[in-house]
Amino acid sequence: MIADGVEDEEKWLSAGIAGLQQNAFYMNRAMDSNNLRDALKFSAQMLSELRTSKLSPQKYYALYMRAFDELKRLELFFKEEAQRGCSFIDLYELVQHAGNILPRLYLLCTVGSVYIESKEAPAKDVLKDLVEMCRGIQHPLRGLFLRSYLSQVSKDKLPDIGSNYEGSYTDCESFILLADPELRLAIGLSGLQGPAREKEKREKERNALRDLVGKNLHALSQIEGVDLDMYKETVLPRVLEQVVNCKDDLAQFYLMDCIIQVFPDEYHLQTLEVLLSACPQLQPSVDIKTVLSRLMERLSNYAASSTEVLPEFLQVEAFAKLNNAIGKVIEAQVDMPIFGAVTLYSSLLTFTLHVHPDRLDYADQVLGACVKKLSTIGKLDDNRATKQIVALLSAPLEKYNDIVTALKLSNYPRVMEYLDNETNKVMASIIIQSVMKNNTRISTADNVEALFELMKGLIKDLDETYEEVDEDDFKEEQNSVARLIQMLYNEDPDEMFKIITVVKTHVMTGGPKRLPFTVPPLVFSTLKLVKRLQGQEENPFANETSTTPKKIFQLLNQIIEALSSVPAPETALRLYLQCAEAANDCDLEPVAYEFFTQAYILYEEEISDSRAQVTAIHLIIGTLQRMHVFGVENRDTLTHKATGYSAKLLKKPDQCRAVYGCAHLFWNDDQDNMKDGERVLLCLKRALRIANAAQQMSSAARGSTGSVTLFVEILNKYLYFFEKGNPQITVAAIQSLIELITTEMQSDSSTPDPAADAFFASTVRYIQFQKQKGGSIGERYESIKA
Amino acid sequence: MNFIAGAFKPPCSISVTFADARTRKKVPLKKENGQTLMLPLFQNQDNIVGQVVIEPTQGKKLEHTGIKIELLGQIELYFDRGNFYDFTSLVRELDVPGELYETKTYPFEFSTVEMPHESYNGVNVRLRYILKVTVSRNYVSNIVECQDFVVRNYTSPPSINNSIKMEVGIEDCLHIEFEYNKSKYHLKDVILGKIYFLLVRIKIKNMELEIRRRESTGSGPNTYVETETLAKFELMDGAPVRGESIPVRLFLSPYELTPTYRNINNKFSVKYYLNLVLVDEEDRRYFKQQEITVYRLLET
Repeated sequence: MIADGVEDEEKWLSAGIAGLQQNAFYMNRAMDSNNLRDALKFSAQMLSELRTSKLSPQKYYALYMRAFDELKRLELFFKEEAQRGCSFIDLYELVQHAGNILPRLYLLCTVGSVYIESKEAPAKDVLKDLVEMCRGIQHPLRGLFLRSYLSQVSKDKLPDIGSNYEGSYTDCESFILLADPELRLAIGLSGLQGPAREKEKREKERNALRDLVGKNLHALSQIEGVDLDMYKETVLPRVLEQVVNCKDDLAQFYLMDCIIQVFPDEYHLQTLEVLLSACPQLQPSVDIKTVLSRLMERLSNYAASSTEVLPEFLQVEAFAKLNNAIGKVIEAQVDMPIFGAVTLYSSLLTFTLHVHPDRLDYADQVLGACVKKLSTIGKLDDNRATKQIVALLSAPLEKYNDIVTALKLSNYPRVMEYLDNETNKVMASIIIQSVMKNNTRISTADNVEALFELMKGLIKDLDETYEEVDEDDFKEEQNSVARLIQMLYNEDPDEMFKIITVVKTHVMTGGPKRLPFTVPPLVFSTLKLVKRLQGQEENPFANETSTTPKKIFQLLNQIIEALSSVPAPETALRLYLQCAEAANDCDLEPVAYEFFTQAYILYEEEISDSRAQVTAIHLIIGTLQRMHVFGVENRDTLTHKATGYSAKLLKKPDQCRAVYGCAHLFWNDDQDNMKDGERVLLCLKRALRIANAAQQMSSAARGSTGSVTLFVEILNKYLYFFEKGNPQITVAAIQSLIELITTEMQSDSSTPDPAADAFFASTVRYIQFQKQKGGSIGERYESIKA
Repeated sequence: MNFIAGAFKPPCSISVTFADARTRKKVPLKKENGQTLMLPLFQNQDNIVGQVVIEPTQGKKLEHTGIKIELLGQIELYFDRGNFYDFTSLVRELDVPGELYETKTYPFEFSTVEMPHESYNGVNVRLRYILKVTVSRNYVSNIVECQDFVVRNYTSPPSINNSIKMEVGIEDCLHIEFEYNKSKYHLKDVILGKIYFLLVRIKIKNMELEIRRRESTGSGPNTYVETETLAKFELMDGAPVRGESIPVRLFLSPYELTPTYRNINNKFSVKYYLNLVLVDEEDRRYFKQQEITVYRLLET
């Protein structure tokens, strides 16, 4: 059915165009033969095509444009006619003989425009008459096009009238004359009501019409002579009066919008009070928030366009006025959804930020007002409203590029309280992103406190109910928090320590899910502080409150302990080891020992997975090897334990590797008191035994002896210590090991393993290489036969 | 053959010419056969002066029992065709009985003739003025020649000319108030006015103003009334809202109006009405008719 409608419309349009062209042809012929009477007759017939009610605005526009072109020619003809002696007054009367009103008025406007141009009559009078006569068209669509035609043909003629006072007076009057019916007509748009099912179509038509109204108003605003004073004194009050009186919500909305879009920014600025005072008087259903938002948007852009205009804003106290008006509107429109109110505040805030970037108190005021409004309704569940709040809260961040400034807004966190959890998180992410993007240093504990208060949503679970959260999203969030923690920095260690304390307090509330993400950055950030302190001289005058590494380590201990509740023993273990190393660097033996103890406890009690155990034991060995702070006793205890753990690993190869790793614990190149060749050899031998056992187990279980990789690895260890000058590692031992490997490789039961073969081959090559290189090491190698 | 041919041929030709034919204004008049003739225009109490030329057919003598010229003002009602009612009848004897051998010219003059009524060509009635020349003969029929002329009478603007103002409506449906600036208009006048919509509850499609002519002929039971719509002038397109006022400006000059004639010799009347018509979307018509008086203003 609808398709039919469209087709029909096409048909009607083409029929209309055909009729129009035919009559236009006759009209042109009559004009060529200077036959005024016929020209008028056919032009009227031509214009009769515009009387159709069957076309949609777009189609009608197509028709109108054709008629418009033809009327241009007619206009020329009228001018020629006047030169031939036909007086304008006669022409003006003659065209009014047409029986149908629409063609009559088009012709009248055409003659009228020529008449004005001729200056034979005061433009004001002619225009007044034209506008008055146009009232005869009450049909919204046709009327709109007719008026559009009138303003188009008269517009370019008006400035010619003269620039003296008289002239501008005339212009103003003309403006009013044109504007009045224009407004009435727009009001009439609301009369375009049809059956409900055509609602969408109607909306579309209305939009098209609104464009046209806007265009007309725009044309009017271009008339010279409408200067600021006139606009302020006459034009705007008249227009607003009309708007307020029309009592139709849609029309009011269109018109306010048109006014705002059409007139220059500086006019709005100077007449802000008048304009705003009209707002509360509009119908309650008018979409006032959009109107005001657009106004503020325009003003913001205006302010942003040049700094020269800013004094104007101050002069007219734009902010105070807008703030007031918004307050009133919100008060007046009780039913306005919270979404609307928030939108308004958001626009106002954007405006303030653009116009008064230096006045944080203004921004805070806006947020305060918003909080007040929000407090009346509690938590938000309106999707759009929360979106707007996010926009509202993001605005200061974008403007200042600096969260520190935003943190000064005392009402900022209060607004956030009204967001639901989800949005709160989004907002927190935005804050973090802003920090990241701008590389903001947040350097005081107070700011950090405030910031974390804002990000509560990310830091901890806000309510008990368990929410299904996407794993990836959650990781993303927490990673960003982790990044943020790294951004906190202050040169002063005391302040930095405070910051860390604050962060810790917040992070600790995060619960088992978040701690694995947040604790490591915090620990490393703290360790960085330790490193800084370590570089400094010990301050002899330091009072008790000043930050010392000791204090920090205490704090670290607490932090890492928190992970046990998660539990995340592997992470905790690593962190302990890191701390131990840091303590080692600070020469704090008891602290380091304590950390190691913690790590061992974790290893014993929490890490049960054999693979994890392997990793852990290697970490422990590696760290322990580097520790130099321990006394002999402590060291013995720790190494002994580590060796013990190594021997107790589940899989033989793991055992073997851990044990030969332990060999390093007894040999530290840098420290002479830590070179215990005997125990190194012991470890290696033990490793060898284990490797043997592994080999046997393998042959027992699978019938093949398995790879010789372990032996080759042990050989490498032998060579390492041999090179380092361990007297316990003899050439004979190496020699026998090589033989053992060779035998193993040639035995039938062994499984061929190319990787192990290659490994062995390159080890042998290394020995050859060292031999050839000569020098002291080369000499030692000389006796090894490979 | 000559004899027979001669019997059908008029024995003479008669022509009537006016003394001021060259300078006198001529106006078109539509004849019954559809042709338009340009005829001299007179007004009440004009002197009608001219001459009659009678030219006998070549080589024949014309015997007559007297020649006269009559000025007649006639009203002809079409339902009573052929019966002329003469309200004016003046006679001038031009010649005594005798014989005419050659062309002869007779001057004539009717001075300050009373011609109170205007020439009028209506639907059912015609009022006309003629000059009728009659050559009376014995035994054979008289030779008659008629010359039409047109009479128009001018009046000065009326001293009292009130506006027409009226509020009409259908209860709770439509209330309008209309105003025409005068009640008496001359033929080239402009009707100015306004239509105020006080209450609109029906969907109006358009509004037009009609000029209607009502010609009533005869009297008593034999009265014939004929109404013609001379003009349809669209005033408004679309549906007005309450409080709207629509301007009226109607030029009368394009329409062929006559002045209002009231009871001309008890034979006929011609009256004019303005009919305001509102049409709603279901094509129902709401109208209100008002009489206006039309007069012929003395052109200066």
